[in-house]
Amino acid sequence: MAIKTEPFVVNVGPQHPSTHGVFRMRMVMDGETIVDMEPVFGYLHRGVEKIGETRTYTGCIPLTDRMDYLSAPANNLAYVMAVEKLAGVKAPERAQYIRVIMGELARLASHSMAVGSFLNDLGAMATPLVYMWREREKILDLLEMTCGQRLTSNYMRVGGVSQDLPEEFTPAVKKFVVEMPRFIDEYDQLIKDNEIVLARTKGVGVLSKEMAVSIGASGPVLRGSGVKWDIRKSDPYAVYDRMQFDIPTGTAGDCYDRYRVRVEEMRQSVRILEQALAQLPQGEVRAKVPQRLRPPAGAAYGHIEGPKGELGFYVVSDGSVAPYRFHIRAPSLINLSALREMVIGWKIADAIVTFGSIDICLGEVDR
Amino acid sequence: MTTLLSAQNVSKELMARFPDMVVESSGSAVLVKSQALLEVAAFLKATPGLDLDYLTLMTVVDYLDYFEVVYLLTSLQHNHSLTLKTRLFDRDNPSLASVVGLWKGADYQEREVYDMFGIKFVGHPNLKRLFLWEGFQGYPMRKDYL
Repeated sequence: MAIKTEPFVVNVGPQHPSTHGVFRMRMVMDGETIVDMEPVFGYLHRGVEKIGETRTYTGCIPLTDRMDYLSAPANNLAYVMAVEKLAGVKAPERAQYIRVIMGELARLASHSMAVGSFLNDLGAMATPLVYMWREREKILDLLEMTCGQRLTSNYMRVGGVSQDLPEEFTPAVKKFVVEMPRFIDEYDQLIKDNEIVLARTKGVGVLSKEMAVSIGASGPVLRGSGVKWDIRKSDPYAVYDRMQFDIPTGTAGDCYDRYRVRVEEMRQSVRILEQALAQLPQGEVRAKVPQRLRPPAGAAYGHIEGPKGELGFYVVSDGSVAPYRFHIRAPSLINLSALREMVIGWKIADAIVTFGSIDICLGEVDR
Repeated sequence: MTTLLSAQNVSKELMARFPDMVVESSGSAVLVKSQALLEVAAFLKATPGLDLDYLTLMTVVDYLDYFEVVYLLTSLQHNHSLTLKTRLFDRDNPSLASVVGLWKGADYQEREVYDMFGIKFVGHPNLKRLFLWEGFQGYPMRKDYL
């Protein structure tokens, strides 16, 4: 006798520990296998782009903090770079170095969260995550020391940064730079050859090179698929052209490669921090910019290699004090474009791992 | 450094191929007529030497008289970029050909534009609101939305 079967729908999220925020995957299942998946988001949509049209150029900076709240200084940076391009302002050299330092600290903080929660999604409950949190805490302390805020830093300004680094900052980062590589090694040793990790991530959630380029993936997702593309190298901003570092890439484009790329990038970030600290010049940290900034009419696109990928701002000015329009190129949203293809044919547990390996922040997806 | 392609040089090639379709070219931005958008985009993607295979972003600016649709295209191979623009003057029922067939990354971005500006993309495989819910009235990113 033939057994009658029919596909059924499983909702993962919006409230679910592994969705890293409020994200819903509507999965159509055939037994335990996913036959179709539709991501549903927008639960955190605040209309940042619309709010920005009513604020001054400087008033928009705090809005960017709240997008990818795991790496606020990086968001600030992408936005002020776009406005600086529009207004023809150049930040002083010391500010450029501070921007690099902050950008890399943000990357380290975001990547520690990414790999920590990735392991959590794999089922290594809490331990790896808390290890990573321990290190991230040190970075947040550094941010707090600089601008008084741990998460929503609001540190960058058009033409520089809001204030100079405090005296105790440089020795603290130097200590951090010495300790961090040892910690990364220790952490990586726990993970990289772990049989369960290998079984759960190797060959799972493969994103081909062609697909990665076609969806406009960026950051570790693109590099994990073997494309050597990093805005810090391809279109250097601030003083990245004076830094020596490598671009780690993967070969298979699976979850394991994306994880490896992130860990390697953390090592490279420490390298960049070392160099930036050694070269850090004295001087002004903020160029003279009018309080009510009115960039000439036109459009500009500023982009950086954020922790999650290419973070860009397309800013249009009509010559008034508020941006006429600004659009955010959110890497988290665009990297999600291939999730459907990546999870079809796999089990729910694999979909969770694949989703975790993309590393998104819902504050940035929904904006 | 990512080179910005000269719009003037590119539009010479475009004009030879698509006469009367290029409206304006300044800096690194080419403005084409909306009916030719898909063909021009396909040409830019496939032509050797241009190879604009990576859609960095697409978005819309509402100028009240018209919508300006902006595509920022990059070539990972040559490390250069070009801005492709087109204008839609029909405010009540704006529509444009979808480029999802060329760049899969346009999928969500076109849906976002549809969600926020109400521009319909012909040929999009799954055109529905991205962030707001079905049944939401109006298109909030339009300048005349209150």
